[in-house]
Amino acid sequence: MTDDLKRLKAALQSAMPPIDETAKSRAVALAKKNFGARQETLAAARLTDDRPKERGGYLSGVKHMLNKIGLKPALYATSSLAIIGFGILLVNPVGFSLPTPERHTLSKPASVQKKSLTLPAAAPVMEPEVIVEDNAGDVTMAYDMAEAPSGLIAGAIAPPSIEQATRESLYAPNREQFSNAPTNPLKITADEPVSTFSIDVDTASYAYVRSAIMGGGLPRADAVRIEEMINYFPYDYAAPQGDLPFSTTVSVFQTPWNANTKLVHIGIQGRPAATLDRPPLDLVFLIDTSGSMQDAGKLPLLKQSFRLLLSRLNADDKVSIVTYAGSSGVVLEPTNANDKQTILAALDKLEAGGSTAGQQGLQLAYAQAGKMHESGRIGRILLATDGDFNVGISDPEALKKYVENKREGGTYLSVLGFGRGNYNDALMQSLAQNGNGTASYIDTLSEAQKVLVDQASGALFPIANDVKIQVEFNPAMVAEYRLIGYETRQLAREDFNNDKVDAGDIGAGHTVTAIYEITPVGSPAIRNAALRYQPDTQPADASGELGFLKLRYKTPGQTKSQLLTTPFTDTNAATDEARFSAAIAGFGQLLRDKKYLGDWSYAEAIALANSAKGADPFGYRAEAVTLMRLAQSLSK
Amino acid sequence: MRLTHTMRMETTDEILVNRAQTGDADAFAALVERHYGLIFRVAFAMLGNRTDAEDVAQDVAASLAGKLAGFRAEAKFSTWLYRVATNAATDRLRKRQSRRKAYDGWGDAEISSRAAQQEQSDNLGWLQTAMAALPHDLRQTVTLVLGEEMTHAEAAAALSLSEGTVSWRMSEVKKRLRALAKEEERIR
Repeated sequence: MTDDLKRLKAALQSAMPPIDETAKSRAVALAKKNFGARQETLAAARLTDDRPKERGGYLSGVKHMLNKIGLKPALYATSSLAIIGFGILLVNPVGFSLPTPERHTLSKPASVQKKSLTLPAAAPVMEPEVIVEDNAGDVTMAYDMAEAPSGLIAGAIAPPSIEQATRESLYAPNREQFSNAPTNPLKITADEPVSTFSIDVDTASYAYVRSAIMGGGLPRADAVRIEEMINYFPYDYAAPQGDLPFSTTVSVFQTPWNANTKLVHIGIQGRPAATLDRPPLDLVFLIDTSGSMQDAGKLPLLKQSFRLLLSRLNADDKVSIVTYAGSSGVVLEPTNANDKQTILAALDKLEAGGSTAGQQGLQLAYAQAGKMHESGRIGRILLATDGDFNVGISDPEALKKYVENKREGGTYLSVLGFGRGNYNDALMQSLAQNGNGTASYIDTLSEAQKVLVDQASGALFPIANDVKIQVEFNPAMVAEYRLIGYETRQLAREDFNNDKVDAGDIGAGHTVTAIYEITPVGSPAIRNAALRYQPDTQPADASGELGFLKLRYKTPGQTKSQLLTTPFTDTNAATDEARFSAAIAGFGQLLRDKKYLGDWSYAEAIALANSAKGADPFGYRAEAVTLMRLAQSLSK
Repeated sequence: MRLTHTMRMETTDEILVNRAQTGDADAFAALVERHYGLIFRVAFAMLGNRTDAEDVAQDVAASLAGKLAGFRAEAKFSTWLYRVATNAATDRLRKRQSRRKAYDGWGDAEISSRAAQQEQSDNLGWLQTAMAALPHDLRQTVTLVLGEEMTHAEAAAALSLSEGTVSWRMSEVKKRLRALAKEEERIR
C-alpha cells in the first residue's frame, strides 16, 4: 500500500467517532419493533397460506412479471388472489393496530374531541294546564322522551360500547381520530326556513365502516358520516342537458321509517368525462413510508393500487413520486406515464421505516407539482398515508392553512387512507377538503380498483368547483325538516352567495346525493308543538311548492360562481336509485343515531336495499346488503 | 484469548439470520446489536457527518426486518449488510443533493470543530479535503477497503462489482491523492 493510501486509512480510522450508545439502542429498539410488527402480519397471512408472503414468493413474482408486461386480464385474474389474502387479514379483529409508543405527540382520545351535548330535538316541555293539543302531540312527546336517551348516547356522548372498549384496550393504543359533529337537529321551517351546506364527494367513511364490520365490530358512531356512505355508491341520475356540468333531480317520496314524513331526495349527476379527450395530468404521488406502513394492508396494497392507476393514465400524463418518513425526498422525477418500467421500478423500491414528517413531504410535493406545472394541464397530489403527521408540525390548523394557500395555485390534493390503528380521519378529511380534493379510504385491492380505476375520472378531473346547496322550505307546506348527514359540511346562510367561501367539488361522472326528511304541515309526526306566546301566523302560499333549491358552482379555473335554481313539489315517486340511497341513509342512522327511526330496524333496511338494488354492475350494492346483515348480527 | 475464543464460538451470523428469518425476535435483535457499528462506520465514512450517519444507521436498522426476508444465503450476511449500508448512505447523499446542490458529504463544519478540539487539524483537514474530492463510487470503495480493511475481493462482493473494478478504483484513488499532494505542494 502506498503512503497516500496508508495516510488516508489512518486518518479515516482516527476520525471515526465512537458509537453513541443511546443512538444505538434507539435503532435496535426500532428494528425490534418493526420486526415484531412484521411477524404479526406474516402470522396473520399464514392463516391461509403457509408460504412466506414477502417478495420473492413464486406467485408474487409471476404477478409482478405480468403486471409489468401490462396484460390487464392477467392482472385482474391474479389480483383476485391478492383480494383473498387481504380479505382474510380483515377477519382478524381490528386489523393490526401496531403499538407505536414513541408517536404520541398529536394523539387525543377521539371520544373527547369536539363533543358537545345536543338537546333532543323536542326537549320535554312542561304540559300546560289547558288541553288544546290533539292526541298526536302527546304521542310524539312520549316517543321523544323514550327515545331521547338512546339518541343522545348514539350521537352526542357516544361512550364506546363494551365491545369497542374491549377491542381498544386489547389492541391499545388505537389512535384513530374521526371528524364528526352532532347529528343535524330537526329545524322548524317557520323559524329557520333556509338550509345551506357544501356538497361532499368523499367516500372514506363507508370504506371505514365496512372495514370495521368485516373486522367483527360495529364502527364507532363518530366514524359514521352518512352522506359519505350514501355517496360511496354510483347512482344513475338523469344526464346533464346542454352545456351544464351537472344535472339536478329532485324527487319526493314517503320516508321508509316514518309513514307521516317524506324524503326530499336531491340527486346531482356530473357530466362524464370523455376519457380520450381530457387535459393531461401531472400527478405527484406523495407516499408515507414511515415504519408503520409496513403492514400488508398498507405499503404493499398502496403499491398495487398505484399500479392499477397507472393503467388508466395516458401517454402524455406525467407522474412524480415523493416519499416522506423521517425525512422526505423525491424518489421519481416527473416521468411520462407511458414509461411504466421506470415508474414501477421506483414504486417497487419503496421501503417502510422511520417516523412521519408529513409536512415536509407535503411541501416537497407541492414544490414538485409547481415544477411540473404548465398551462392546460391539471396538477394533483395524491397523498397516501396510514395516519397523522407526527414530525415537523404541531399545529394541524397551520397545515390546513398551508394546503388552502396552495390550492390557490391550482394544484389539487386528494388523500388515500390506508390501514387501521392510527388513522387520523379528521386531519385527512380536512386536508382533502381544504385542498379541493377527495378523501378515500382503501382497505382492499377491490376498493383501490373502484377509486383509482372505475371512478378514476371523477377522482382526477374536477368539472365544477365550490358546489353549494341552499334549500328554502315553504312554511305553508313543510312544518319541520332535517338534513340527513352533511354534519361537517354545514355553511352559514350568507356563505352561499360568498364566492370566497370554499365548498366541495364535483368530478367528472360523480354523483352526489343529499336527503332531507320533511314533516308536512298537518302531519301527526310534527315534533314541535306550537308555542303559547308566539303568533300562529301560517303564511298562505298557493304555489303548492315544497321548497326552492339553489345551487352555486364555479367552472374550474374561474373565481365567480354561477347560480342554478329550481322549485320542487311533491313528486310522490321514487326510482330504485333514490330508494337505495334512502336504505343507505337508514343504515347510516342505525349505526350512528337511531333517534328518528322509530322501530325501523336492520331487517327493514335490508329489505329496502334488496328491493332497490337495480342493475348493480360492480356489485357494490350487494356488498352493502351483506354489510347490513353482518351489522344486524353484531348489534344483537 | 480464551474469552475471545468462546465468543467466536457463540453463534454465527448465519445461524442468527436463519433463526430471525423463521421469526425469532431475540436472534434478530442480537444481529442488529452486533452489526450496528458496521452500519454506522460505513455511513460515517461515506457522509463524514455523525448525525447523518446515525440517521442512516437507524433507517437501515428500522428497515432490516423487511429486507432480511429478501436475503438469500448466497452471500455472507456481513457482505450483504455492507451492501445495504453503502446503498443507504448513497441514497442519503442523493436525497441531500436533490435538496441542496452543494452537499456532497464531508463538507460540514462538524469535522473542523472536532479537528480543532483534538489538535489533529492537519490530518483531519486533509482527510476532509481528500474525501470530498473523491466521487461517490471511489469513496464507497475507500470506505470498505481502507475503513473496513476488506480485501479487494470482499469489497467487490459487497458492492456487486468485479474484483478488477475494485482494484482499478483503488488505483484511481491513489492517483487522485497524489494529485492532491502535488496541489498542496504547489500552494506551499
